[in-house]
Amino acid sequence: MAARRLSGVISRSLSLRPLSSSSIVSRGNRTKLGSEVQRFSTSAALEEPIIPSVRISETQLLINGKFVDSASGKTFPALDPRTGEVIANVAEGDAEDINRAVSAARKAFDEGPWPRMTAYERSRILLRFADLVDKHNDDLAALETWDNGKPYEQSAETEVPMFARLFRYYAGWADKIHGLTVPADGPYHVQTLHEPIGVVGQIIPWNFPLLMFAWKVGPALATGNTIVLKSAEQTPLTALYAAKLLHEAGLPPGVLNVVSGYGPTAGAALASHMDVDKVAFTGSTDTGKIVQELAAKSNLKPVTLELGGKSPFIVCEDADVDKAVELAHFALFFNQGQCCCAGSRTFVHERVYDEFLEKAKARAQKRTVGDPFQKGIEQGPQIDSEQYEKILRYIKSGVESEATLECGGDKVGSKGYYIQPTVFSNVKDDMLIAQEEIFGPVQTILKFNEVSDVIKRANATRYGLAAGVFTQNIDTANTLTRALRAGTIWVNCFDVFDAAIPFGGYKMSGIGREKGVYSLSNYLQVKAVVTALKNPAWL
Amino acid sequence: MADGKRNSHILNIKFTKLFINGDFVDSISGKTFETIDPSTEEVIAKIAEGDKEDVDLAVKAARQAFDHGSWPRIPGCERGKIMNKFADLIDENLEELAALESIDAGKVFSFEINVDIPAISKDIRYFAGAADKIHGKTLKLSSEFQGYTLSEPVGVVGLITPWNFPSAMFVLKCAPALAAGCTMIVKPAEQAPLSALYLAHLAKQAGIPDGVLNVVTGFGHTAGSAIASHMDIDCVSLTGSTKVGRLVMQAASTSNLKTVSLELGGKSPLLIFDDADVDQAADLALLGSLANKGEICVCTSRVFVQEGIYDKLVEKLVDKAKTWIVGDPFDPSTRQGPQVDKKQYEQVLSYIDQGKKEGASLLFGGKPCGGKGYYIEPTIFENVTDDMVIAKEEIFGPVMCLMKFKTIEEAIGRANATAYGLAAGIVTNDLNIANKVSRSIRAGMIWINCYHYFDPGCPFGGYKMSGFGKDHGMESIEMYLRTKSVVTPIYNSPWL
Repeated sequence: MAARRLSGVISRSLSLRPLSSSSIVSRGNRTKLGSEVQRFSTSAALEEPIIPSVRISETQLLINGKFVDSASGKTFPALDPRTGEVIANVAEGDAEDINRAVSAARKAFDEGPWPRMTAYERSRILLRFADLVDKHNDDLAALETWDNGKPYEQSAETEVPMFARLFRYYAGWADKIHGLTVPADGPYHVQTLHEPIGVVGQIIPWNFPLLMFAWKVGPALATGNTIVLKSAEQTPLTALYAAKLLHEAGLPPGVLNVVSGYGPTAGAALASHMDVDKVAFTGSTDTGKIVQELAAKSNLKPVTLELGGKSPFIVCEDADVDKAVELAHFALFFNQGQCCCAGSRTFVHERVYDEFLEKAKARAQKRTVGDPFQKGIEQGPQIDSEQYEKILRYIKSGVESEATLECGGDKVGSKGYYIQPTVFSNVKDDMLIAQEEIFGPVQTILKFNEVSDVIKRANATRYGLAAGVFTQNIDTANTLTRALRAGTIWVNCFDVFDAAIPFGGYKMSGIGREKGVYSLSNYLQVKAVVTALKNPAWL
Repeated sequence: MADGKRNSHILNIKFTKLFINGDFVDSISGKTFETIDPSTEEVIAKIAEGDKEDVDLAVKAARQAFDHGSWPRIPGCERGKIMNKFADLIDENLEELAALESIDAGKVFSFEINVDIPAISKDIRYFAGAADKIHGKTLKLSSEFQGYTLSEPVGVVGLITPWNFPSAMFVLKCAPALAAGCTMIVKPAEQAPLSALYLAHLAKQAGIPDGVLNVVTGFGHTAGSAIASHMDIDCVSLTGSTKVGRLVMQAASTSNLKTVSLELGGKSPLLIFDDADVDQAADLALLGSLANKGEICVCTSRVFVQEGIYDKLVEKLVDKAKTWIVGDPFDPSTRQGPQVDKKQYEQVLSYIDQGKKEGASLLFGGKPCGGKGYYIEPTIFENVTDDMVIAKEEIFGPVMCLMKFKTIEEAIGRANATAYGLAAGIVTNDLNIANKVSRSIRAGMIWINCYHYFDPGCPFGGYKMSGFGKDHGMESIEMYLRTKSVVTPIYNSPWL
């Protein structure tokens, strides 16, 4: 579920576009959530945005347990993607703030109680935090939707509960991080100690701000590390809110520091910091390269990267077509198409191609686009104008390269970053829309005839994040499962993201795995302890 | 005040019936038995006496809950959530549970409230967190096949728990079984059944579905035996004496070959070496021998002391033993309550007599104390030889046997010369001694410069006739799981 950029060069200037209001939106005259239900079709004009019933209280940096202004005093606007208007001005962290945060995290790690308390106590704090998240579910969800534009129902019913679930999962790991006693070739007693790695830098994207917070912060805390987290400049609000709740749950100061800000400044400072022991990043492949380079040039900190994808979704001739259509639709359009693992190349066997295409188009046309705070809305706006423009450029490129535009292809309304659910057919492997990550509601459908052929084509990408396989045949399923070079294979399902299932990429989709038992090793050092034995009873 | 607390709880025993399929019910026979307060020898309550028919009913409920109920079918994280709630309820009812343990088993109230009961909610939370971490393996096979293992819950399990740590043993068995997705019948010891029933009530409140956790109070030769020989129980786990362990294993083998896990008796050595800190050594010897009135399967009933430190240690031991106050478990200054019942009390006293007759020297204690209740003085024998009965058999009372040794090799040899192998303690500052002895002692738990340290993450269980199978740790969940291998041919795999 990665997202874009640590913040590219362009995003910064685009984000600093003229602002229409100065600060926090007034709470007066707000429409109560969920009332005045209207369904928007893709062609419907968007009405006045619903005002969410949550107050934005945290906008400063969180350093050493306290909310503080940035050293420069600068702020940047958090924008509502429904309108492009400012919802809050957020302290803008830079290298100096990163230094302050790292120094707090270092002190908390070297001298503070966090790595020294029992794992059981750490797990209790994480469990209490999960309970607080349950309690504040709707506020967190509203904030997430306001800042990100994703459907409120998705935030409130799936993502925030999953966020709590992930922290309960990691709470359970805290006291189960076992090393090994190791056999030796001679009279030695060997054991491995799994120690926290130290101060961890984490950079998260804007597409799933809370879930990415959990994927990063959960395992790092369970293993006893201290953290400096940089949230995406597009979505800084929920990280601050969640971090506040973590402190309410008993997290000692300095253990989790949150610095909002931009990639080239705050993000780069974190990745290249000499006193950060580890960096984990989720975002675009281009930015991932920069993060790894900065790590290499500074102190050789180990790097976990969860990057882009162009994941194939393969519908075989024996697939349940209706189910495949629905899941292919979901795989691509979920979260406005802003998923790193989106099934963005839909390969359909020629025997079922026509039926699939017709149904996929019909499904896309039925997709409801509108204010994400409206009930029943499936698709909100894209995250920001940069993404919005980029997606529209890709659609144009698809048309120009003579793929068939089956539906959609244009923006929705005149305000905000809404785009019509778009389906292309007759897509060829060498078209730009079949090669690059669009990160928007654009489905590209390709035809294939042989399993062996689709394996080659599916693997012919620099990415390797995920794949979907639709077939009833056990041998086809097994063949594809093993042949596809990707970190997650979903067979007759898609986007199943349990806490225990590891997630990460092959090839240029990244390094390392998040979630599951595998995620713990990102944040642990292994120390071998070898002691000479005198006349041992056995070896 | 202590008395006030005792009385207020005695008047308030809430649960005395069998807990089957989510309800408290009388036994089919209508029979009851008395549970006695060992501090006063008075009856606390009459408890429903379960027998074979009641076990059958409980098994039927557990079978139904396993075959058709939600418990094995909800995700591990959901089981974990309910178990965490169970732990929270235990915390909320800490004082009442602690009091039940003290009244029913003579356990020191301050220990119960500060250590024992908090440890059980900790155990439950550990296994709650484990419920969604039960992994199988995908297999590396030697030809064009792919295989994986599924870790499946074993089914209906029978759990027979002892009276020395009624709540802790209840949780030690139930928590991993619950995490695994099993359903269960618990038979608590007839000497101390109250906390098990109370815990069953909390489990229900927490949301553990009916039929998943059943409690049949009763006696070993009736209810316990019915569990061990039941044709529809898939696994039986006992903590108890080696003698009963043998019966359970026999019953399992003559019935349906159910799997067995046994945590049995011990005669655990504590080895104190010349370089040890005398103060620490004396504290550990007393803790090891006298904690919970010596009613602990791992208690240090053989204390081997190297000759160079022996005299200094004896002096310290006697000094410190004088401060070991025996009395009402509710008195905050008390370190040792009464033995659990008359039978145990008399048996411990007869071992003390035996020790005297065999020629061991009584260094401290050795007599009953208090006018009423089953109180025995902390007792220390010296000049105990390896062939004496008190050096060989499990006394299960506050009796320490001191033996002298010269060399490490001698200590190891003598420490291992026992049918048991549950635990051992080593007191030394010498790294080589610590490592050498740790590997040489044939026992399931070695404590170096500490004793009685239990942790949910630390597997516990015996070697030799102290049993097999582990409680605690992820290993303990294995007992309640079966491994199923699934194999299928694969074609055109790019790797093998």
